Amino acid sequence: MRIGIVCPYSWDVPGGVQFHIRDLAQYFIGLGHHVSVLAPADDDTPLPPYVVSAGRAVPVPYNGSVARLNFGFLSAARVRRWLHDGAFDVVHIHEPTSPSLGLLTCWAAQGPMVATFHTSNPRSRAMIAAYSILQAALEKISARIAVSEYARRTLVEHLGGDAVVIPNGVDVDFFARAEPRPEWQSAGARSAAEGGGGSPAGGTIGFIGRIDEPRKGLPVLMKAMPRILAECPQTRLLVAGRGDEEAAVESLPAELRSRVEFLGMISDEDKARFLRSLDLYVAPNTGGESFGIILVEALSAGAPVLASDLDAFTQVLDQGTAGELFANEDADALAEAAVRLLKDPERRAGLSARGSVHVRRFDWSTVGADIMSVYETVTAGAAAVATDERSGLRARFGLARD
Amino acid sequence: MSNAAPRPSRGAAAGASDSVRPVTATLIWTLWILAALAVIGLYLSWTAGRLDRLHARIDAARAALDAQLLRRASVAQELATSGVLDPAASIVLYEAAHAARQAEEEQREVAESELSQALRAVFEHPQQVEEVRQAPGGEAAASELAEAVRRVPMARRFHNDAVGAARRLREHRKVRWFRLAGHAPFPLAFEMDDEPPPALVERPA
Repeated sequence: MRIGIVCPYSWDVPGGVQFHIRDLAQYFIGLGHHVSVLAPADDDTPLPPYVVSAGRAVPVPYNGSVARLNFGFLSAARVRRWLHDGAFDVVHIHEPTSPSLGLLTCWAAQGPMVATFHTSNPRSRAMIAAYSILQAALEKISARIAVSEYARRTLVEHLGGDAVVIPNGVDVDFFARAEPRPEWQSAGARSAAEGGGGSPAGGTIGFIGRIDEPRKGLPVLMKAMPRILAECPQTRLLVAGRGDEEAAVESLPAELRSRVEFLGMISDEDKARFLRSLDLYVAPNTGGESFGIILVEALSAGAPVLASDLDAFTQVLDQGTAGELFANEDADALAEAAVRLLKDPERRAGLSARGSVHVRRFDWSTVGADIMSVYETVTAGAAAVATDERSGLRARFGLARD
Repeated sequence: MSNAAPRPSRGAAAGASDSVRPVTATLIWTLWILAALAVIGLYLSWTAGRLDRLHARIDAARAALDAQLLRRASVAQELATSGVLDPAASIVLYEAAHAARQAEEEQREVAESELSQALRAVFEHPQQVEEVRQAPGGEAAASELAEAVRRVPMARRFHNDAVGAARRLREHRKVRWFRLAGHAPFPLAFEMDDEPPPALVERPA
């Protein structure tokens, strides 16, 4: 099958949607399909062979922050050329409501189109103003995919229509097979691995995410740390992610700051090893999550997970059976749950075992097969994707060129 | 044509400037109205094109849904006649699959829902699925059925999504007043119970 995938965000900027598209493309290429990804990218960025650049994304203020988007005449022309050259059986657009390549492709193409809605954006004023234009473009999409039940609900409320839920994929085995790194493990976990008994004094807690992004929830975890350390003084907190480290520990008493270690940005391999080494992964996110891929990665690595009870997290953790939940933004509830888990190795082992089973449904082998089912459903009997020549209008007045 | 142009058809030069003005004004108004009509016409034409595309999308989605339903009924019927299942289950499944394939358009939704219920009843226990898999050729049949029961809800959702979009547009005043939908029948959603048997779609851990 010839598959065209449209990425709305710059390929050179790391992000959830970009990683998802990269993994999806590689999965289908591995199965022998032809895949081409259209993505914004600087001209001098080295791109994998399956990515076609749609030109540089322009930073513009949009929806309360500066977004890097592609629009205008040149981008539209590139989209048309890509559609024409690709001769795709199906085009898969990601985030079609963002005013970027996705929307341009909707506008320019006709034929089997699949769209994945990643974020559950509250309806913005621009979207209301442009509703009829947006609707005219979106109604060309033959199949909509939402990444979670939560994302589907917002989609139905804001745009009408319906979508199937297919979660984001993770290469489960990549995380499950990673080697733990001893310096990130607690003494208890190390000695248990060597055959000794674990020590109950504490373990390593892990956090991954941008330090200075409050919605990732590090401040909540910092607020809970004094209580956790009072009960389990040997506990270490390992933080992986970009941001101002000084500011992050500001709220912590000086004598406790040594218990927090910052690892900065870590590579994919290190991320897997990091998650494998932990005694507890904490996701204190306070909002803005429509899926929670990091939880799936932690579960894949067999790390016991403690997460805030956001809709998306509750769903990924199977209503709390695959990981523990605490009341969102409640540092005391977080501390209490963390202490209870750190003192109870059996409970953690149980969570880890249940998580490893549960997470299989997020493996690419399952997710990829579901996405392929969608492609096959919409392409069955349909013509290939072509550029929308808008000849309808000319033809209606007898002015068609051919 | 300019205001100052002499009009030889008029006898008196003094009266000419008085009577030319209304004529020119009328002309300008006519041009404006024509332009407005053209814009409205283009807009209506564009809307008709949109509607046309939506109807084509519904047709394609309906064809896909029919294909998936037929596939599901065929695999179910094959399984029912294969002798892998016990006689009682075979009869129940055969009956439901046969009814679904033969149903008239009005009874289709009911018949397909009953097939869903029959499948859930027959494959209620994971052991039953396991038994089918163990039989010669059963692995292929079981995975084909699992595929079919997963795709029916998908195809139905895509179909009803297209129907919803078309209905929203067709209920709009401009479409009703100008009869932009032509003779196309008002699109109807396909409502049925498409819940797959959990034992069949659960993936091996």
